[in-house]
Amino acid sequence: MILIAAEHSDGKPTKGTLELVSVARQLGESRGQQVKAVVTGPGAEAAAGRLADWCDEVYWTASEALDGAGEPLVSALAQLAHEQDASLILMSCNRRGQAVAPRLAVRLKGALLEDVTAIETAGDGLRARRFTYLARVTETVETDADFAVISVKPGAVDPAPESGSAGTVTPVIAELAETDERVTRSDAQVAAGGKVALGEADIVVAGGRGVGSAEGFASLVEPLAAAMGAGVGATRAVVDAGWRPFAEQVGQTGATVSPKLYVAVGISGAVQHLSGMNRSRVIVAINRDSDAPIFRICDYGVVGDASQIVPELIKVLQEG
Amino acid sequence: MKIAVVIKQVPDVEARIRAEDGKVSLDGVSFILDGMDEYGVEEALRLREGGLECDISVLALGPARVQDAIRTALAMGADEATHIVTDDQLDALAQAKVFADVVRMQGAELVLLGGKQADWDSAALGAALAEELGWPLSDWTTSLELEGRALTLRHDTDQGTERLEMPLPAVVTTQQGLNEPRYPTLPNIMKAKRKPVELLSLAELGSVSSLTRIADEAIETRDRRNEILSGDAATVAKELVDRLRNEARVLA
Repeated sequence: MILIAAEHSDGKPTKGTLELVSVARQLGESRGQQVKAVVTGPGAEAAAGRLADWCDEVYWTASEALDGAGEPLVSALAQLAHEQDASLILMSCNRRGQAVAPRLAVRLKGALLEDVTAIETAGDGLRARRFTYLARVTETVETDADFAVISVKPGAVDPAPESGSAGTVTPVIAELAETDERVTRSDAQVAAGGKVALGEADIVVAGGRGVGSAEGFASLVEPLAAAMGAGVGATRAVVDAGWRPFAEQVGQTGATVSPKLYVAVGISGAVQHLSGMNRSRVIVAINRDSDAPIFRICDYGVVGDASQIVPELIKVLQEG
Repeated sequence: MKIAVVIKQVPDVEARIRAEDGKVSLDGVSFILDGMDEYGVEEALRLREGGLECDISVLALGPARVQDAIRTALAMGADEATHIVTDDQLDALAQAKVFADVVRMQGAELVLLGGKQADWDSAALGAALAEELGWPLSDWTTSLELEGRALTLRHDTDQGTERLEMPLPAVVTTQQGLNEPRYPTLPNIMKAKRKPVELLSLAELGSVSSLTRIADEAIETRDRRNEILSGDAATVAKELVDRLRNEARVLA
């Protein structure tokens, strides 16, 4: 059985979760295994109902303790995987997946295939692809382990299409042991700024030093992102200067994104930044300096002042 | 108390990476202490400078060349180091087993390490190490305070940030924003040469093997159109949007 550790927002499975559904169904078919999902936290019941369209069975519990990425979630997933005899657990490789997937793999004495962009069966085992060396190298990694936890890079695979075919399955409430945690979590703060989560965005508009100032960023990059329905990204220089929060940083020390479209505004293209976005499908660069390295990896380049070009772009986009 | 800082030696970010016969070639590449790990070294030093009585022990795994990264961490101010010498490429889970053994052997109560390693682009080591040790984890940490044996931290989540409180022993992964790592001064670089580095062979720590293997490594570059659009701002804007909609088809 393949178990999806699903996530939801307001009772709807996230885009990342629907990506896991695609991967799970493909693996389920080639391995002849059922696909099940577990969804946790407040709002889980509604999300479970939707996930039942794609899955053979969906477990859910609304327990708030399982809403984070801590010990209670690790232990609940381990218990469920054990009781239901799962051979694979799938998670998104976001912060939650980065915290939980390695711990699950260690606890269940399995292999970890981390941050994969593609995965297939290979003989009795699995073969996956992932990026290494600051996303400059594509690695093929294999395992023959009986049990594996797979974390999938957000945005790397297409989400499952809207209507599923697995038929409706009544969600069951898993009886999961409540675990004590030594950790107290409090004062959660939701990152301000982008309405579209960076890792899930189909389009990312990012700004660098070339936008001139925090005000320049807010008056150019943000409205362009809004006009494109895009997530907002920033370079390290911009974050270091205090113009933008770290949550928006794309690059070696920030997020790695591979959207359909990446628009780099006033970004020169240092290696550290490129490593976070060089897998984007289409790259647009807008920069004053025609020698900037970003132009070497772009699909469409505009040499010029962002403060003149971006407002025109917004105008064209708003005209429809 | 003892603080263990797990470090990694990685290729310089500007290094040209090549692949030959399905394997990355690191010949002629210069190596550095992973920038992500510098935050861990710095944080340990700040705890000591803030009055905590502690020994700061650097742990690293890898071939002989890793000594250079160890010396950098010692030159920043760490006291001693343990180098687990091996030419084997262990995956993150296997590395976690090895480091957990050494951490237990040394009796360290706080482990600091970078949130993500710049060679395999892996963020798994911290969480796997916490699990091996059975200790709580604070990952992607941006602030850390230690009062007695109580840690208060702030770390990043998918939604934003949250505060964590946990007792020692604990594993903390570090990132940009936690501090500004110091540069080693010349006198400290000289001093670092005399600091003790214990060498352990992997065999001494019992058998460890990875459940995954690297079957192939390749450099893949996407063919880019590389078209520079020209004209005045209004013309270029129109053309760009048109191209994105009708040629690249990435815009609705």
